[in-house]
Amino acid sequence: MRRVVAVCMLAALAFVFAIERAHGVQAKEELMVTSSALGKPGGTITVAVRSDPKTLNPVLAVDESTREIIDCMNSDLIHINRETQKTEPALAKSWTVSRDGKTFTLQLRRGLRFSDGQPFTADDVVFSFELYLDEKIHSPQRDLLIVGGKPISVRKLDDYTVQFQLTEPYAAAERIFDGLAILPKHVLESAYKNGTFSKLWGVSAPPNEFAGLGPFRLKEYVPGQRIVLERNPYYWKEDRAGHRLPYIGQLVFLFVPSEDAQVIRFQAGDTDLLSRFGAEDFAVLQREQAAKGYALQDLGPGLEYSFLFFNLNNLDGKNLPAIAQKQSWFRDVRFRQAVSAAIDRDGIVRLVYNGRATPLWSQVTPGNKLWVDSSLADPPQSVDRARELLRSAGFSWSNSGNLVDARGQPIEFSILTSSSNAERSKMATLIQDDLTRLGMNVHVVSLDFSAMVDRLLNSFDYEAAVMGLASGDADPESEMNVWLSSGGTHLWNLTESKPATPWEAEIDQLMNEQQVTLNYARRRQLYDQVQRIVAQELPLICLASPHVLVGAKNCVGNFHPAILEPYVLSNVDELYVH
Amino acid sequence: MKRRYKLWLTLAVLAAFHGVILCAGFFSPYSYSTQDRALPYAPPSRIHFVDRQGRVHLRPFVYGLKDDPKNYGSYVEDFQQVCRLRLFVAGSPYKLAGILRGSAHLFGADAPARVFLLGSDGYGRDQFSRLLYGGQISLVAGWIAAGFSILFGGIIGSLAGFYGGWLDDVLMRGGELFLALPWLYLLFAVRAALPLQVAQWQVFLLLIVVIGLIGWARPARLIRGIVLSAKERNFVTAARAFGASDTYLLRKHILPQAYGVMLTQMTLLVPQYILAEVTLTFLGLGVSEPMASWGSLLSSLQQYYVLASYWWMFLPALLLIPVFLCYYAAADALQERVKSVAL
Repeated sequence: MRRVVAVCMLAALAFVFAIERAHGVQAKEELMVTSSALGKPGGTITVAVRSDPKTLNPVLAVDESTREIIDCMNSDLIHINRETQKTEPALAKSWTVSRDGKTFTLQLRRGLRFSDGQPFTADDVVFSFELYLDEKIHSPQRDLLIVGGKPISVRKLDDYTVQFQLTEPYAAAERIFDGLAILPKHVLESAYKNGTFSKLWGVSAPPNEFAGLGPFRLKEYVPGQRIVLERNPYYWKEDRAGHRLPYIGQLVFLFVPSEDAQVIRFQAGDTDLLSRFGAEDFAVLQREQAAKGYALQDLGPGLEYSFLFFNLNNLDGKNLPAIAQKQSWFRDVRFRQAVSAAIDRDGIVRLVYNGRATPLWSQVTPGNKLWVDSSLADPPQSVDRARELLRSAGFSWSNSGNLVDARGQPIEFSILTSSSNAERSKMATLIQDDLTRLGMNVHVVSLDFSAMVDRLLNSFDYEAAVMGLASGDADPESEMNVWLSSGGTHLWNLTESKPATPWEAEIDQLMNEQQVTLNYARRRQLYDQVQRIVAQELPLICLASPHVLVGAKNCVGNFHPAILEPYVLSNVDELYVH
Repeated sequence: MKRRYKLWLTLAVLAAFHGVILCAGFFSPYSYSTQDRALPYAPPSRIHFVDRQGRVHLRPFVYGLKDDPKNYGSYVEDFQQVCRLRLFVAGSPYKLAGILRGSAHLFGADAPARVFLLGSDGYGRDQFSRLLYGGQISLVAGWIAAGFSILFGGIIGSLAGFYGGWLDDVLMRGGELFLALPWLYLLFAVRAALPLQVAQWQVFLLLIVVIGLIGWARPARLIRGIVLSAKERNFVTAARAFGASDTYLLRKHILPQAYGVMLTQMTLLVPQYILAEVTLTFLGLGVSEPMASWGSLLSSLQQYYVLASYWWMFLPALLLIPVFLCYYAAADALQERVKSVAL
């Protein structure tokens, strides 16, 4: 009898302790305190996105509109501050890197809860990375997590410490955590084990099925019209006054399919914020700025760069003899330099972008604060220099002023553009006019986008093209697939098994070295060298970088848009309405 | 009398208009491709007779334009530069109707100013010159496509109507199939399949021929109806009784009754195919830059900022309305004539 009582008492004691412990953990929330101006709680902000989300599952989302919505409902461990372009703590309050750069130990914030009120621990982190790395799920983020050919491994050290192990040092390792949403194990685990994960969190799923760590959670989705997010009461940031963020009660995304329609909706006051619109529309909106109560900002160049490039692919076995013959011109660096020298970049900035762009001579735009090599020369347009270069490369001019090569062939080629992109078509037309002055006979061919991409990536049946690329991040790491000769976006020569030219081999070597170099100054030296080679060899003849243009109603407070995506929503948790 | 007058009047207007288009090089002050990068989206030039000092000039003049310092992207007149307008000035060389070389232009402004009757486009090119040059492409496109439609439709329609039976069934059901064909996708496919080395105007011509060819079904139905009724007429039966061959009957007795309808159809189809060219350009399948066509002049209007900021970009569209009206009036008058002859 006594023993029974003793056991009961022990059990009761243990129970009391367990409760105390649990409460103790949950009571102490390690919130992040922001430094932004204090705002007013409540209100709704409305923005437009191009299309309906395809899914609300962060592991499966691919397209831009979908990601923009999902990013408001989720959080990452380490975040890239869109303004400074550097990494900063998020769900991980701090981290340490081992001396060899291969081991990352992250301390998680304690006491946080998902939007359904359940606690967040290291198990959720380990589970999330298991999902991203699962080959059967085909997450688009999986490639990011493969470093040196091996997936990153994740280990839980205790409830609030996780360790990431890389097989080789990786310079941009901290940055890959940005945008990788941490998911609730308690919600998703059963579906993952049943193999039905890819059907989970589709757009038709009811709001109570979701749980995230982001500033907002799903309230309502009306297909074809809007998606409404409401404030997540458990979000992990607070302001200096101790008020929990986000300020606004609701965030509404309207689905508006075209740029023109988005501009008109903003002008009509239907949306509060606007980004991704052209310079001409900027001028239109600017005229009514004061009367309509909104303000526009030109944030300067973003990361997008437009360029002209020639087909340098190996065409053996492609049965394109006419193009193969012209490649003898395109392969001559003096020919490419002459074309570059003849292009009126200021004219492009003025006529295509109404002055709201920056002329470019290499791939890194001045908007990329940490990586631009400002010591590169910006040679002005010079037809004389272009003629000199062509003459030295063995070209000459016929009596009627047409440029001919050493065999007497007239120089004639076509520039491919996408008919859906008015700005690039316009650039091509200006370039055509510039090159006519050199005696070249150039045609502009605009095809619809898919037909153009097919020629650029598959059939190689083109001579030159005007394109643009925009990296998602400022780090050179996001440009690897463009500059490595084996890269999937190595547009001018896609099928190289080994670097086709000595300078491509040098770029390969520099890019690979910067990838494993941990010292920023040294990495910068390496990447500066890449920029110098690109400006010299001109595989891509860079033209201009459009400015990032944004607008917001005057009633939106704490509006700090960034040149990185998601532009106006970079600090959505701090926005408020007065 | 009145009917006759209407027909001749519309025909005369159309002829004059086509004449001007044919001699675009002479009537336009600049070439269709001359860019002035300092003057994108310049408004139509103001033609003055009285200068700032209040002096009256006998010869009209324009002021040069300079950037408006207060408002980026717009212009103010530079009163320092008085540039007279002159007749028969020398300018960029051209070929009239593709043969006659020349470099004289009907009018022009003294350097450094430019005279833009309809303003300039986003490249600083003269809209008026492009309207005239564009007419060459658009009208040729309209006539060729309409010609092919009528030719094909005429042959197929008369065969179907004349022989009847299973041939009629096959051809007419085939025609319905063609009417249901989503021709836009067909054009996209044709364009994507063509090699890039083909000259741009050839591609364009090919696309025009393709729309002309697939447009045979409607005229074919009409002509089939006429042939069907004509072959039952007494004089045709009489000719057949005298031993006339099928080709003789078609050629001498039946088709002449359809000529009027064909002509009317033609005048109706030409403007329709001019509009088809506009559609092609809207979709990026038209002539490529820097060549001009009416489609390319209108396609810039699909951008909101052009609608909102540059009203003169509408002028080409407004000027085309009378041309289309003339075509339709001519079709009308022709139809009345055909009716009166038939009665």
